[in-house]
Amino acid sequence: MIGTSPGARAAARARTLALPLENLDPADPQGFVDDTVGYVFERLRREDPVHRSHSPVPGIDTYWSVTRYQDIMQVDSHHELYSSADGITLMDFPPDDEQKLKMFIAMDPPKHDEQRKAVSPIVAPANLHNWRDLIRQRTCDVLDDLPRNETFDWVDKVSIELTTYMLATLFDFPLQDRRLLTYWSDISTANKLTNPDAPEPEVRMAELRKMLEYFTRLWNERVNEPARTDLISMLAHGPATRHMGPLEYMGNLVLLIVGGNDTTRNSMTGGLLALHDHPGEMAKLRANPALVESMVSEIIRWQTPLAYMRRTATADTELGGKQIKKGDKLAMWYLSGNRDEAAIREPDRFIIDRERPRQHLSFGFGIHRCVGNRLAELQLKILWEEILQRFEHIEVVGEPTRVRSAFVRGFSKLPVRIAG
Amino acid sequence: MPKITFIEFNGSRRTVEVAAGTTLMRAATDNRIAGIDGDCGGNCACATCHVYIDSGWAERVGTRTACEVDMLNLVSELRDTSRLACQINIDANLDGLVVATPESQH
Repeated sequence: MIGTSPGARAAARARTLALPLENLDPADPQGFVDDTVGYVFERLRREDPVHRSHSPVPGIDTYWSVTRYQDIMQVDSHHELYSSADGITLMDFPPDDEQKLKMFIAMDPPKHDEQRKAVSPIVAPANLHNWRDLIRQRTCDVLDDLPRNETFDWVDKVSIELTTYMLATLFDFPLQDRRLLTYWSDISTANKLTNPDAPEPEVRMAELRKMLEYFTRLWNERVNEPARTDLISMLAHGPATRHMGPLEYMGNLVLLIVGGNDTTRNSMTGGLLALHDHPGEMAKLRANPALVESMVSEIIRWQTPLAYMRRTATADTELGGKQIKKGDKLAMWYLSGNRDEAAIREPDRFIIDRERPRQHLSFGFGIHRCVGNRLAELQLKILWEEILQRFEHIEVVGEPTRVRSAFVRGFSKLPVRIAG
Repeated sequence: MPKITFIEFNGSRRTVEVAAGTTLMRAATDNRIAGIDGDCGGNCACATCHVYIDSGWAERVGTRTACEVDMLNLVSELRDTSRLACQINIDANLDGLVVATPESQH
């Protein structure tokens, strides 16, 4: 474990800078547990911006890292040359392995477009009006119930609680069972090969099958009722999705659960930590609460809750001076592009009123751009508006525990205390 | 310099002057027109500069680009008059152009 003292951080950086270039493997999850992967990216952006690594993890093997903002934009906006159909994470599974989930984020047009359009109306601007009051009410309830004068876990009591409520609402999922959604979200991104504490693949698939059973029950209820505005009813009635097989239904559920859960959850935690680490920005916010809007975009850039997306080259091509072969896989490291000084001024500073705060990579670009981005921003905006209304100070009283994953960049614990 | 009129979702109209060679997206964001974000900076990669071209201007504005057709799949309330403003270059031919902006971008 790398400590967080400036000396320990500087030593970790020096060690990274001294490594042979070919040893740099940003997909190693240890760099995410220690929060030192930024040093790897700092070096790659400068010395080898499109970089080939050999991972010791079977299934990941050889992959390219794309680390600069403009190169990432190039890959993300050329879906015909950089396909999503072989998956969005670096891990490869044998063909027909059921662990390889079928979901529309991991498809190319035209099927991708059809399935995406089946669910996107739920988070369209006009529908956000319908969610606004409900989100505010639940946010107020959760914040009002927080303990005072004692240490508690912000991840569990706030970030998970709020995002899980939201997700249960979107699915019209029984509220009393809502923590199952969190559990399934964590299970679906767990990977034994990169995290020894993760469940065995068979256990993971057995749990995902339980998720499928639960959701199949809800599907069967709703397919026979008139179409409603929840996500399951939309999938069950949508022309592009009503004939999905069970594995495709499971895949799209995982996509919506992880997409709507892990991401916002970790931005809720990451934002609190960022403001704790930058008291000057907190003072700025208190003095001018209208900055919440631009701060939300800055939090999403700062956290980059999904560190990368994978693409697979459909033809031989060149990127950043490197020859990419057909079939090569690439990680577009959004986390690195979001710290690229060629695209973002003073990228290593958290600045809540920066110019053009929306021009970050965290939602991706191109046809796979995050479908729920506006809802995520709304949830974060309301959370911070209500925090400012209530609390003078939320004290971070210990180190965060970071998730062992190079894909989901997040926290499993953050101890805090509120006086009062 | 060509003049462009934006009709915002609330009905208010604003006319701005922009240098020829500017994209319609830049014309909007440089003048803080409500309802236009331009998150990708003009790479045809986010569909957050969706506008509706006023009737009568469609022909002079031209047809959608290939990447624009792909990205318009992401917008809500797609209409025949929908365009991405980053794909439209302003020149003297478009002096007087009128476009409407949506309530907000998806």
